[in-house]
This record gives sequence, structure tokens and C-alpha cells, in this order.
Amino acid sequence: MKKKELKPSEIAAQIEAENAAQLEALRKKREKEHRKMEKSKGTNKQVGKSWKNDIGIFLLLFIMGLFMIFPIYLSVVNSLKPVNEFFIMPPKLYTLAPTFDNFRDLFKVANNSWVPFSRNIFNSIFVTVVATVFEVFFASTAAFVLAKCRFPGAKVLNQIIVIALLFNSQVTYIMQYIVMAKLHMINTYSALILPLIPSSMGLYLMRQSVGQIPDAMIEAAKVDGASLLRICWGIVMPNSKPALMTIIIFQFQAAWNATGGSLVYDEALKTIPVVVQQIAAAGIARQGAIYASAVVLMIPPLAIFIAAQSQVMETMAHAGMKD
Amino acid sequence: MAVKTADEILLPSERKMSRKEKRQYTLHEMKRNKMCYILMAPFMLLFLVFTVIPVCMSLPMGFCDFDMAHAPKWVGLQNFYTLFIEDDVFMGAIRTTLIFALFTGPLSYAMSFLLAWLINELHPVLKTVFTLVFYAPSMAGNIYFVWQLIFSGDSYGYLNSILMDLGITTTAIQWLTDGNYLLACVIIVQLWVSMGAGFLALRAGFQGIDKSMYEAGAIEGISNRWQELIHITIPSMGPQLMFAAVMQIVSSFTVDIVGRSLCGFPSTDYKAHTIMTHAFDYGWVRYEMGYSSAICFVLFLAMFVCNQLISKLLGKYLD
Repeated sequence: MKKKELKPSEIAAQIEAENAAQLEALRKKREKEHRKMEKSKGTNKQVGKSWKNDIGIFLLLFIMGLFMIFPIYLSVVNSLKPVNEFFIMPPKLYTLAPTFDNFRDLFKVANNSWVPFSRNIFNSIFVTVVATVFEVFFASTAAFVLAKCRFPGAKVLNQIIVIALLFNSQVTYIMQYIVMAKLHMINTYSALILPLIPSSMGLYLMRQSVGQIPDAMIEAAKVDGASLLRICWGIVMPNSKPALMTIIIFQFQAAWNATGGSLVYDEALKTIPVVVQQIAAAGIARQGAIYASAVVLMIPPLAIFIAAQSQVMETMAHAGMKD
Repeated sequence: MAVKTADEILLPSERKMSRKEKRQYTLHEMKRNKMCYILMAPFMLLFLVFTVIPVCMSLPMGFCDFDMAHAPKWVGLQNFYTLFIEDDVFMGAIRTTLIFALFTGPLSYAMSFLLAWLINELHPVLKTVFTLVFYAPSMAGNIYFVWQLIFSGDSYGYLNSILMDLGITTTAIQWLTDGNYLLACVIIVQLWVSMGAGFLALRAGFQGIDKSMYEAGAIEGISNRWQELIHITIPSMGPQLMFAAVMQIVSSFTVDIVGRSLCGFPSTDYKAHTIMTHAFDYGWVRYEMGYSSAICFVLFLAMFVCNQLISKLLGKYLD
């Protein structure tokens, strides 16, 4: 076949055919890769990957993970050490005779203070649960409105929320104290709970996540005559489960570690972290009890994180939203 | 048929309106969207009381002399003058804060991005485990006093004991009270607790990226992970990247409690004395709320400027 005999249209057709063949080959290759990917138990294999890469990544993460976990490991080990082992030279990375004496000691000390320890435990749980539940409901509803509704003032509010991320409670703390003193909130449960609820971080995160939900879904629901509240909780939130879980984790953690500082001074209102600080202030004599208290404090956020994390994974596995 | 004028074709929001018309239109829109305001109200009310009012108060309070016991007294620029001209400790605090911000900010930002990316490449079970491992320190909240065991100044300290075993030093080093080491120690601990909200947001972001994007990318000729990262991953993670950046700014500019609890307060030669520590010092130890507000206001300003810079940088990936 001689090229000069061909008309331009024929050349174009030829090139097109070649391209089509190439594309077809590529598609077949992709399909094969895709099938392989499906078989590989859900790992999201992409291009250019091999098990060697994975092992490298694993080793790197493992070494860094050791650095992260080491202090936590130490506090667990130390909480199980009997008193005499604290003075062994050189310090051991394990304990020879694990004992729960430190935990017993911790509860004994805590119970000997002015109010029973159970009261502090109740305070912590009450504050955490109330603050988390209200924050999740309020923040997610507000986030939906800010992300998906147009109304006068929406732009300004959205900008304020982003800027407000910078003003975490630590920096505004002094001014907050003055405001709360004016509102006669000092030394009440509301002083502990209310400042925790309007978390700009939770709102922002929620807003970013809701913003990625296609408008078409919301429009369709509007056409069907659903109210805003129904759209929010019936359509948008079920599609934002990972974000909901994430803000639950953050809020739980913040509330659980909240001490209230100078906002609360009544013994009957104090939460576990405050009591733990008081015990820890005793210094070397309560070495074991300090680490025991660290472990006790650590467990609930860890537990809820593990619970919520698996939920996030599950949600993501089923959340293959097309378009 | 009469030709329609521009006013009839355009939507009300696009029309040129007089001020009165505009006001009426806004009012009408507000009434129409009544439900929006009602849904936002609970959050916004609390937000106003506990964030907006306190922040707005900090500037006027910065111009006052206020000790909580007496009514605030207006002193003009006195606080700011003292702060920048006379307060040597504050100058040191700015230096320390900047060192912290430089080390813990960009470093831990890069670290959380890298870790989130690497973790995302693994098997789901390993993903869960590693996310937990890296997030655990910031979740454990108040337990950084554990590091006192490691950095302890006597030979019972783990670091000292290891170094002495290896023969690197013969005497115990006062990690937390020696001015040469103290800052480095606090930076390490700060890095340890910094895999927090930003890290989790990045993790969620990596997971949320549509897998078909990578398939499309492969067809378009992307051949390695590096290209994937630059052309697909980062552009589709704008919101999470910005969020993580903001979290990082906040945590690195407000470093305070870690230094205070590890190195004592005040620390040796004010080496771990940050701007936040300074505000704490004047607010809760000396009860000079006015001066403390002035310090907080300066900090707000610094964070705001930094925030604007980063959002300029990430601007093209946002919204």
C-alpha cells in the first residue's frame, strides 16, 4: 500500500484504527489489572506497585511507630511495676513481677479525698457524653446549612468559621473566663460543658465533608418536598459518616481530657484528669500511681477511637458513591 | 409582543437595585431561608458567646489594666509599649515560639502527610493498626509526663542509661534543665503529640479519593507513585491539606503546656518560655489580664498572617 495514493480521510481513518487497537489493548491490560486488584482482598493496588514496596513502607512505618508507641508502652509497664522495681539500676524496659498494686493504690488515694472517686468518674462521663452528643448534632446541622444553603450572611459566616479555627480554647481561655464570670457560670456543670460544644474545628471539618456531597442529591430531595432538617439527617449525614465519626473522636477526646482549669473549683465538680493531676503532684512517692492513672485516662479515648475507626473503615468500604 | 427589558429577564439577584430595594430583597431572602437560621442557631449562639465575644474582647482588653478584682482601667498603648520595648522575656519568647513553629510546624505537617499517604497504601488491617499507633499519643492527652522518665536527669532516666551503657557519656545529662538540650527535648515531645486532628483528616482524605481517578490517571500515562501524588492525590485533597495546615499553625504557635510540664515553670533561662507561656504567666500567675490579653492579641495576629500565607499557597486546591 502506497501512502501517496491515500486520501486524507483514509489516513485519518487508518490512524483512528491504530489508536482504537492501542486503546483496546490498554483496556484489556487494565481489565486484567483490575481483576487482579479485586482479587487482592481489598488492598487498593494502583499502578507501579509491588510487594517489595509494601514491605519497605511497612518497615519504615514500623520504626516510626516504635518511636510513637514507646512512651505509651513505658507508662503501661511502669503502672504494673511494684515499688521496689522503680529503683533498679539501670531502669528495666519490662517488669519482673507485674502487679495491680498501683491501680489499687490510685483508687485508694482518690477515694480518700473529699468526694468519692465515683463522683469524679460520673462527672467525667457526664461532661463527655453531653458535650459530644450536643456538639455532633449542633455542628453537623450548622455545617450542612453553611455548606449547602444560600442565604444572606452565608459567605461571612463561612469565612468566620475558617478564621475561628485559629482561636483554640487555649488562647481565648482568659477572655472566656471573664465572659463566663459575667454570665455566673463559674463553678457549674455548664462551665465545663458549654465551651466544649461550639468547636469550630468540628464544624469546619463537617462543612468540608458535606461540601463534597453532590448538589444534585439535595436538589432531588428538595423537589420531592423534603424539609431541610430531613435532607440533613436523612440524606446528607448518612453520606458523611466518616466525618461524623471523626468529629465524635475529636470531641470525645477533648471533653474527656478537659479539666475546666479555673472555671471549676468545687471538688464535687472535678473530672478525672484534675484528680489525676492532684495525685501526680505528690511526686516520686506515688510514681506507680501516676502511671496507673495515665493508663486509666488513656483507655476510654483509645477504646472509642478503635470502635469509631472500624466504623469509618466499614463505611468507606460501602461508600462507593458513583458520580 | 413587547421586547422584555433587562430587568424582567435577569434574576432579582443579578439586577441593579437601589439601596431600598436591596434591603427589601435581603429581608425577603432571609424570610425565605428562615429555616437555615433556625437550624444554625444553637451552634452559632454558643459559638458567639464562647469564641467570637472572647476574641473580640481581647483587643480592647489589651488597652486596659485589668486584674479581675477592680474595673478595667484604660491605659492606651501602654501594654503594647511595655511588651515590645521593655519586656526582654517576651523577646526571648518570640524567638522560642518561632523556633518551635519552624521545627514542629512544617516538619510535623510533612510527617503527617507522608505517614497518612504511606499508611493508605497498606492492607486494611495494617491501616487500622498504624493509624491507631500514630494517633495514640495525641489521644492520650495529658500523659506527656511519661517523657520525664526517658529524659530524667539522673541515671534512672532511660535515655541517660542507654547512653551510659553504650559509653557515649559517662555522666548523666540534665536533659530537661540544661539550656542546651531542653529546647530539643520539648520539640521531640511536641512532634510526638502532633499527629492529631490534621493527621486524621489527611488519613480520611486519602481514603476518600475516588479510586477511579487513579485508573483514569494510569490511562492518561501516569506511571509511578510520585506522579500520582503530584497530579491526582494532592489536587483532590485541598480541603484536608488546608485543614491540617491550620491545625499545625495553631498547635505550633501555642506550644506551652508541654514545655511547662516537662521543664518546669519558669524553665532554665526561660529557654522553653513561649508566647503562650508568657500569656499564662501574666494571666493566671500575676493576674494582669490586660497585659495577658495584649500578648494573646499579638499571637492571634501572628497566627492569622501565617494562615493567610498558607491559604494563598494552597489556594488553587481549595473549594
